[in-house]
Amino acid sequence: MAHFEKANSIGEWFDQRLATKTLERVLAKEYWIPKDINFLWAMGMVLAITFGILLVSGIFLLMYYQPNVDTAFDSVNYTIMQEVGFGWLWRHVHAVAASVVFLIIYIHMFTGIYYGSYKKGREIIWVSGMLLFVAFSAEAFSGYMLPWGQMSYWAGMVITNLFSMGSLEMNGVVEWIRGDYVPGQAFLTRFFMLHVLLIPVAILALIGIHFGALRIPHVNNQNGEELDYEVEAEKYKSGNKAASKVIAFANDFMSKDMFVVAVYLIFFFYLTFWNYSFAMDPVNFDPADGLKTPAHIYPEWYFLWSYEILRPFSKDIGLLAFAFAQVIFVLLPWLDRSPNAVPASRRGLFKYWFWIMLANMIVLTTMGKLPPEGINNTIGLVSALLFIGQWLALPFVTMFEKKV
Amino acid sequence: MGKAFGAVAGVGAVGALYAMKRSWDPLPSVKAAGFTNVDTSTCVENKLVVEKWRGKPIFILKKTADMVSSQTEADSARDVIIDGAHFTVAIGLCTHLGCIPAYREDRTDFLCACHGGEFNASGIDTKLPPPSPLVIPPFKVNGTTLVLGEAGEEYKKMKESGVTA
Repeated sequence: MAHFEKANSIGEWFDQRLATKTLERVLAKEYWIPKDINFLWAMGMVLAITFGILLVSGIFLLMYYQPNVDTAFDSVNYTIMQEVGFGWLWRHVHAVAASVVFLIIYIHMFTGIYYGSYKKGREIIWVSGMLLFVAFSAEAFSGYMLPWGQMSYWAGMVITNLFSMGSLEMNGVVEWIRGDYVPGQAFLTRFFMLHVLLIPVAILALIGIHFGALRIPHVNNQNGEELDYEVEAEKYKSGNKAASKVIAFANDFMSKDMFVVAVYLIFFFYLTFWNYSFAMDPVNFDPADGLKTPAHIYPEWYFLWSYEILRPFSKDIGLLAFAFAQVIFVLLPWLDRSPNAVPASRRGLFKYWFWIMLANMIVLTTMGKLPPEGINNTIGLVSALLFIGQWLALPFVTMFEKKV
Repeated sequence: MGKAFGAVAGVGAVGALYAMKRSWDPLPSVKAAGFTNVDTSTCVENKLVVEKWRGKPIFILKKTADMVSSQTEADSARDVIIDGAHFTVAIGLCTHLGCIPAYREDRTDFLCACHGGEFNASGIDTKLPPPSPLVIPPFKVNGTTLVLGEAGEEYKKMKESGVTA
């Protein structure tokens, strides 16, 4: 039995048992953030808050949703939308947050690429972040199945068919994933389980790794400057906060972070209350029908760029291109051969590589939404080839970069 | 001691993985989906009939005399002849990613709206991305009745000669 003194306050009582003062120091008061950053550094907190919103709204939807092929559609579109008090609010919040979270993820990702925040000790942050992207994609897809509308059904059909691996015709694998020849009851219940349990648990674990991986290399700054955190921390602690290049995570940095979050939430609730329909495809308000394919099947906006990489090619090549697009971002820290971890604006050719990549992904996203006919096919093909070409060229673009 | 512990735990892990794999297999009640009988005597020329078999749509198209006389040998090899009439019988799922193509009566062909693939009236792919013709389901001709799910002589011949996958 360890020795315990009588505590003089509630704070001390918890500190004796949980080392709360040490936790506070390590996680907040003496966790150092560079001063030379901008609002883009708040996207992590914006994502954390959005995930929290998804979790809370999801809990309320979960209490009335029924994962049954006969009742799922009505439990969402009638029970939750019309009977449950404020059920519509949880649904619209959940749908808007699921869409907007990808916008923030893409901003967060391209911020990291622009400032070189995936190199020199930050590789695990990048890889865990890309795994979070995969987990969020799986979460979005499995959630899309649950209302059991036409888009749920046909997206489920098309995406699970990808696992037949083209001409390998591995239909057994597809039937195993579905638990049926076509999406049916077994399919709906297992994707329900994935959506509300397994993938959220994986996301929570990955968020833990993502935050933990940030601890030792610290967050990057606007100039990629290498800071001596011990020296800067001493300056700060001795009261010379103006000369120090760092601030404490809390309350200094958090107060600014939460300001950006507040602006974001105004935008978020504006969408939720006045412009939510972009997050709810009208086709999905028809109940699932296995004998009628909707005229156009397209994914939600955040999957359009990779969908457009699949589309212009023959089946097998399309699948290879699609698989390439899914995994290639993970390899970025190793495909970038340059020693510089500075903003793209100071990196020569990489600057053009970055802006062409960003612009091309916007083009791919736009083309993915348009019907596959006429000039669209050509633009889509050129964009897809450019995307693949840019990644193959990256090691050569960065290899000869001068050290700055 | 460590090895023994590892071996026991390993056997347990493999067993658990196998149980998990089996739990995701299609249920016997799903697999035992029976046969579908289609009466073809009511079919009208150049009008597509869609039947359901094991949850999948089956296209049944009675060809007109014009269509039969203008088609290639590859097309004819896929024809199911019932009571003297030529039929296209195929699983109505695009061989690209499984959407259901729509039949265009004026052009006597199928268009898949998902990715723009096309098939002719015999179900042979004519425009990318689909990589292969529509699949012909196991069938047997019984008078004017088409039995889906049972492999008859005609189906076996098609399968052997590689007309269908």
